[in-house]
Formats: sequence, C-alpha cells, structure tokens
Amino acid sequence: MSIQEAAERIAARGESAPRAARDAVNQAMVNNWVEAIGDRNPVYVDEEFATKSVHKGLVAPPAMVQVWTMGGLHWTRASDDPLGAMMEVLDEAGFTSVVATNSEQNYFRYLRHGERIEATAKLESVVGPKRTALGEGWFVTTKTTWYVGDEAVADMVFRVLKFRPPGAEPAKAAAPVLRPVISKDTEFFWAGLREGELRIQRWGETLRHPPGPMPPDGDFDAKPDYVVASGRGAVYSYVVHHHPKVPGKDLPFVVALVELEEGVRVMGELLDADPETVHIGLPVEAAFVKIDEELTLPAWRVAR
Amino acid sequence: MKDCSVGTELPPLTIEATPTFVVSTALATRDFQDVHHDRDAAVQRGSKDIFLNILTDTGLVQRFVTDWAGPEAFVRSIKIRLGVPCYAYDTLTLTGRVTERDGDDVVVSVSGVDSLGEHVVGTVALKLGGE
Repeated sequence: MSIQEAAERIAARGESAPRAARDAVNQAMVNNWVEAIGDRNPVYVDEEFATKSVHKGLVAPPAMVQVWTMGGLHWTRASDDPLGAMMEVLDEAGFTSVVATNSEQNYFRYLRHGERIEATAKLESVVGPKRTALGEGWFVTTKTTWYVGDEAVADMVFRVLKFRPPGAEPAKAAAPVLRPVISKDTEFFWAGLREGELRIQRWGETLRHPPGPMPPDGDFDAKPDYVVASGRGAVYSYVVHHHPKVPGKDLPFVVALVELEEGVRVMGELLDADPETVHIGLPVEAAFVKIDEELTLPAWRVAR
Repeated sequence: MKDCSVGTELPPLTIEATPTFVVSTALATRDFQDVHHDRDAAVQRGSKDIFLNILTDTGLVQRFVTDWAGPEAFVRSIKIRLGVPCYAYDTLTLTGRVTERDGDDVVVSVSGVDSLGEHVVGTVALKLGGE
C-alpha cells in the first residue's frame, strides 16, 4: 500500500473517539505554564483581579488548550489516533523524524478551573514527498476539536513535517548505480569514503583532486600521501539534473562542484537541497552515501 | 484607550532561550519529546541543540499580544507557522503590528526572529476589552 493510499484509508475513518484530558483545568498546571512562558496576565493567577475583570473569574490561558490533552511522559497513542497511525506509516517508509510546522488554534471561549476537556482528531491531508531544508518528507495535517461535554470550546489545525534526516537515505543496494572505476591511484579516496573520511591527495605542499598518478612538478621520485578534509566548503558551481533518468536517482537532483576550505574542488550530489534555492556560495558539508559494503559515494548536504 | 489603529506597532519582546527556558516550557506544555530536553538526543536527530516546541511558540505569541492588549482582551485565535528552529542559547525577538481593525476586533501579525532567521510568523485575532 502506498503512503497516499494509507493516508486515504486513515482519513476515511473520520474523527477519533473523544480522549479525555488527564486532569481537569487546574491552577497548578496554569502556574507552571505562566511561570515558564513568563506570562504575567493576572486573569490566570489573581482571583480578585480576575473576578473584577471582563472574565468574571479565573480563566486558563487559551493557548494552553492543547496542553491539557497532551499525553505525558509514558503515553502511547490510542489505536484510532489518526496522527499516530500516519506516523507509523511514515516511520516504516523511513521518514523517521518529525517537526511541527503549523498550529492554527481557534478559541470559542476561555476554560475555567474544574472543566475536564476531551479531544477528537481527524486526518485532514497528507502531502508529499517534498524536498525541504530538513530532508525529504511529508506534511501531515490533522484537525483537533476540544469539547466540554457536547460544547466545542476550541479547535486546531496542526501540521507536522515527517522527514528523513540527511544521512539516513535508504541504501539503494537493489537499485543499480553507476560504479566508479577504482584504480591504484584512487583507491585511498574510496577507502576513505567507506570510513566516513573525505581524503585529498597531497604531493608535498600541494593538494590535488581528483587524485592522479603524476606529481604536479614532474618529480618522478615524489610519493603522494593524503590529508583528511574537514568536509566543509561552499558551492563553486552546480547543475540541476532533470533528464534523462539516472540509475538509482530520483529526479531532479543537484550536482555541485564544491570548493573545500582546503582549497580544492570536489564534485558530488547535493542531497537535501531544493533546486530552487541552491546558489553559488551556499555552505555545504560532506555526506557519505553508502551503496553497499564496497562502495560509498561522496555527496554534500547543506551546512547548518 | 491605547492606540489600536491599523499599522500600530507593538512593543517588541525579547526572549533569552536559555536551556532552562527551553526545558521548563517543554515540560510546562507537557511535551516530553526528547529533542526539547536532551541535547544528546537532539544532536543525534540532526539538530544543533535542544529547541523550543510549538506549544511554547503559541504561548509566547499569546503573551506578546496580551502584554500589549491587556488582561481585558479575549484571544480568539492564534495561527502560527514555524521557520528556522530556536535552539538553546539563542535570543528570540518578537515584533508585531495591527493589520486589521473592526470595532473591538483586532488582528495582529507577529514575527519572531532569532540568529538563524524567522523562527515563527503568525496572526492573532482578539477582541479588545475596556481599559
């Protein structure tokens, strides 16, 4: 089943069963919240002030509505929770990391102490895969409604990005890739990649990449060694490859010639970049794409 | 009555996102995701450090607007979108201005910027109370 099909199936289930907040709205949790946030609004903590105010009594901060139904430290999601179900689907597909990107809350009224709210949730949409600054991922949007009894008191559209962190790209062992020719002169470079090192050939004071058999000054007695590059550099030039298809690659992809801080230039795919935002001078760092036990390819990702 | 006409700028709010702030707000919002309190786990997941959670951003945006609007205001909605993370040890500066006004109903646009760029952008709708 594809991710889209799984999403349609979960969305078709509609609203989850109501899930009750662990605690009724109470002063202790409000106190912790206003102290942490630094909110000194007296209608949350000063009973005398609150009673004389437009609220006619103590109220809970409206932005706390989601807090009351958060699961807590040892919580497991209900089996009909649509966000949990969608997270499982995406975890299995390798999109293991998550960040919240949007929260749109509407408050129909403020909550008062002693009220115990319940939440229902439904899946609104799943959009992807998208290339983002964090990596390839899917945007999952849910809608939560909070109730006191039958009365809806607040709702929220919530969007998360469920993404595959750079470096966690699946080993495309099954997909054929174009394999480099590895010679005696370049073997150290490919061995380094397997170790997670970007090795640059050195002839005395001079660094050279790609590595070659001949010294720069023609001294046949010279023997090269190598330095391990920091891996930090900046895009010197790049192309966006749209066509034709390349074995083992999703189109479009970016190939960047990167100038390392050591001064030499190395070519590789820029893994996580949106082709629209790549530019000359973009700071990048080395990445290592393991194809199989024998072959690891050099690549780049945007520096953070 | 304070000036709430369209274009009015709110007094900026500066938040020092110390580790204590990041952790205490995560726990006060009952968000126990490790990336908000465990630096090693955050780094392992590809982040530079622990970072603010979205429930805290909603709370900060509310505080920023009600600090200005006063305790008699009713907040109707808070809509935010997150950009770059706000990591521990960064400084977050919130600015905002009134973008719509219809009687007592006001919409404020808010932007929170840290050293990496725009961390949060959003709008708050509220009904103003009397002074």
